[in-house]
Amino acid sequence: MKFIVSVLLIALLSLAVGLYLPWWTIALVAFIVTSLIPQNPMRSFLSGFTALFLLWGALAWIISSNNNHLLAGKVALVLKMGNPILLIIVTALIGGLVAGFAALAGSFVRRK
Amino acid sequence: MRILPLLISSVITVGLVVTLNSKLLLPAPLGKLLSPQHGVWQNAESSQASFSEDFKFPQLTGKVQVYLDDRLVPHIFAERDRDLYFVQGFLHAKFRLWQMELQTHAAAGRASEIVGKIALKHDREFRRLGMVYAAESSLKEMEKDPQTKLACDSYTEGVNAYIASLTESSLPLEYKLMGYKPEKWSNLKSALFLKNMSENLAGHDNDFEMTNAKNYFSKEDFSKLYPSYQDSLDPIIPKGTIYEKPSIELKVPVDVDSNYLNKKDLAVTTQEEKPDRNNGSNNWAVNGAKTKSGSPILCNDPHLGLNLPSLWYEMQLHTPELNVYGATFPGAPAVIIGYNDSCAWGVTNGGRDVRDYYEIQFKDESKREYWYDSAWRKTEFRYETILIKDSATYMDTVAYTVFGPVMYDQSFSGGRASNSRYFSVRWKAHDKSNELKAFMQLNKAHNYEDYLLAISNMKTPGQNFVFANKVGDIAMRTQGEWPAKWKGQGDFIMPGTDSTYQWQAMIPFEETPFQYNPSRNFVSSANQDPADSSYPYYLGRGYPLYRGIIINRRLQALNDITPKDMMSLQTNNYNVFAEMATPLLLNNINENGLSLNEIKMLRLLKAWDYNNAPYSRGATVFDVVWTNFSKLVFDDEFKNAPPVIIRPLESTLLQGILSDSAYKFIDNITTTEIETLSDVITIAFKNSIADLEKAQKEGRLEWSKFKDTRVNHLTKLEPFSRLHLSIGGGTHSINATKSNHGPSWRMIVSLTPKTEAYGVYPGGQNGNPGSRFYDNFIDHWASGTYYPLWMMAAGEEGDSRVQWKMSFTN
Repeated sequence: MKFIVSVLLIALLSLAVGLYLPWWTIALVAFIVTSLIPQNPMRSFLSGFTALFLLWGALAWIISSNNNHLLAGKVALVLKMGNPILLIIVTALIGGLVAGFAALAGSFVRRK
Repeated sequence: MRILPLLISSVITVGLVVTLNSKLLLPAPLGKLLSPQHGVWQNAESSQASFSEDFKFPQLTGKVQVYLDDRLVPHIFAERDRDLYFVQGFLHAKFRLWQMELQTHAAAGRASEIVGKIALKHDREFRRLGMVYAAESSLKEMEKDPQTKLACDSYTEGVNAYIASLTESSLPLEYKLMGYKPEKWSNLKSALFLKNMSENLAGHDNDFEMTNAKNYFSKEDFSKLYPSYQDSLDPIIPKGTIYEKPSIELKVPVDVDSNYLNKKDLAVTTQEEKPDRNNGSNNWAVNGAKTKSGSPILCNDPHLGLNLPSLWYEMQLHTPELNVYGATFPGAPAVIIGYNDSCAWGVTNGGRDVRDYYEIQFKDESKREYWYDSAWRKTEFRYETILIKDSATYMDTVAYTVFGPVMYDQSFSGGRASNSRYFSVRWKAHDKSNELKAFMQLNKAHNYEDYLLAISNMKTPGQNFVFANKVGDIAMRTQGEWPAKWKGQGDFIMPGTDSTYQWQAMIPFEETPFQYNPSRNFVSSANQDPADSSYPYYLGRGYPLYRGIIINRRLQALNDITPKDMMSLQTNNYNVFAEMATPLLLNNINENGLSLNEIKMLRLLKAWDYNNAPYSRGATVFDVVWTNFSKLVFDDEFKNAPPVIIRPLESTLLQGILSDSAYKFIDNITTTEIETLSDVITIAFKNSIADLEKAQKEGRLEWSKFKDTRVNHLTKLEPFSRLHLSIGGGTHSINATKSNHGPSWRMIVSLTPKTEAYGVYPGGQNGNPGSRFYDNFIDHWASGTYYPLWMMAAGEEGDSRVQWKMSFTN
């Protein structure tokens, strides 16, 4: 339960702050959430990772589908990634890793 | 709290964020770049995207409505001029900001700020050419005139209103990828944009190359290799036109033979070859006597480098005093090529030599004083600060003499001059002028007199302005403020130690060659010589011949012309150069002992109809054989020539052998025997077979594949470019599409009571590579089809073509 709540909170708050603040505020969100909702380090990491992997992956997927993957296809070639799906996965991974490590750090704040 | 794990995981997180927010991995921060809410994903425009929006800007004085049609062409309806140009600037920026800034940065010699050291040579060259100096003097004129000042001020406000509205996520894609941000627009930038067009169209000269050629060849050979007047000439203003006695009496310098024309010691040493630049264009108009409707039809297709986003942006501008449609330049107000309710106009490049060089004698290396008219004169200096991305700032000092900037000196040879001598450039584009006024007045022109008055403002780049109106007039004027030159003036580097070699005066407006309602019922231009040799002023050399010949031949023959006929004329692939050259090749190829493969290729050439059609294989054979033939003829003569030199024109070789089969240069001077024309052509043909077979094996023997036309993104990034287009044509065809150069805007306007107009350009209205409107015109353009141009009238707001509406209020 704690895990699902953490994931949802991190994802929703990240979406909200992303509208107004720089991209890296996802790290602050993940850090704060896991420091307030204590879980073991592994679970904390996973909740941050899952939240942003899913959020960024889903956002990129929706945007790109509406665009018929026109731009993703081109940018993927520019970044030498070959295809748009890979670009979406890399996007999701970057979000997931940043939030995951921030969440991990957050989990140590209140742990003894 | 567990300090150590907290510390470690925090350091990892911060490290990740810092790395992904920096330019360590890519030119742009990867985290920001890929964040779906900030990065490139935000530029992936939905296929259902709506462009409808309401804007509020206190700068506006009234309401402005913009109707975007199904091709994303905006139709701007404003109450006042100033609001109109504000919205024009806003929309240019909204759809094309990145290219506007890149092009004006390049014009100002500031490309290094964006791309780094790689552009330093370009930047120094443009600074030394005095591009900013020229734009500043132009800006003064633009701001002196209340009409152009108002347009520029409002346009700049509009661009800046858009820039101010940008957020991290709405930044154009290229800024995100290259990791920088736009700066504010200014009137100077619009002036720079227009100066960039001058550089593009009137910034070409071969003075160093020709000086070397003159020094290297004997006088007799030189005049054969570089004739100043060509036999099969069909000038813009037809042969036989009577010209008045010139009002300017030019004083040819007394030492012109010994110190200039026959002087041999002006050697310029150099390493690199200069890129070949050939900007061409076609325009013509026929009057009602030749059309089915009885009304004139005007056509224009300016040939320029083919880029994405396109140089052009289509627009309709409407106020109570103005209603005009056509191609605009993102970067400047007004419509550049187009039509209004009364008339239509178009341009081709005038191409006269308006850039000359003078050799300067400085007192010493400090360049503080130079010898001029028997005295030491003080130099002025301009200090150029070139900021370079990721590198130290470069400071350049440019000396200015009475002629202009000393472009080439000990620190800069530009790859064509010499590091031991000093050359000052006299460029017409440095003179005061206000070309924007020409276009603004054309936008409002009603009749022939308005057209004359408008284009009298067009000084540089000089353009052949075609005109037609609803009353039935047609006209052509080889417009520009042209220096009056004596024969040969400025063909080579001139002595700069006194005033005798300077330009003495400008040709008066009244003495510019023109045609108004001629008896042949049409006017045309295709960059050929403006007039024949009876024109009393020197016109220079090196004009392209063949497109003009075929256009005039067809226009002469056509009657009952419809816009559709004009479409097939404008996209015509017939190669009149090949029509003259192919029989000569075929008659001279010795068929004895040809191999089977050689016979196959010969058959293709024999069966060819001189059309550079996309699927034609004969066109490829001709192109390769002629190139080899030309090489074979001249390689021996040029073997020891200085590297900075120019080869004779294709027309010179063709005219040479057509008029004399024992043409002097046919013989290979490195062999003992005397080669005949037939020997050389047969060898050239055999030399071509390897290339042709290779092309055949790779499936590139068809002309469009061999020529391989592409439209490059301005960064040349392939994924943002369109490659391998199936399109015919070539240098000498009316459809002058080369590999990366060609008709950049095709327009046909039939001036019937209700105007019927068609147009297309190789690009799309939206500069964003993530938009479906980015390159959607290209296939249409390549296949030679046109869009009907819609001059929207008030009251047509409900028309099904209107897809989106923008409203602007204060």
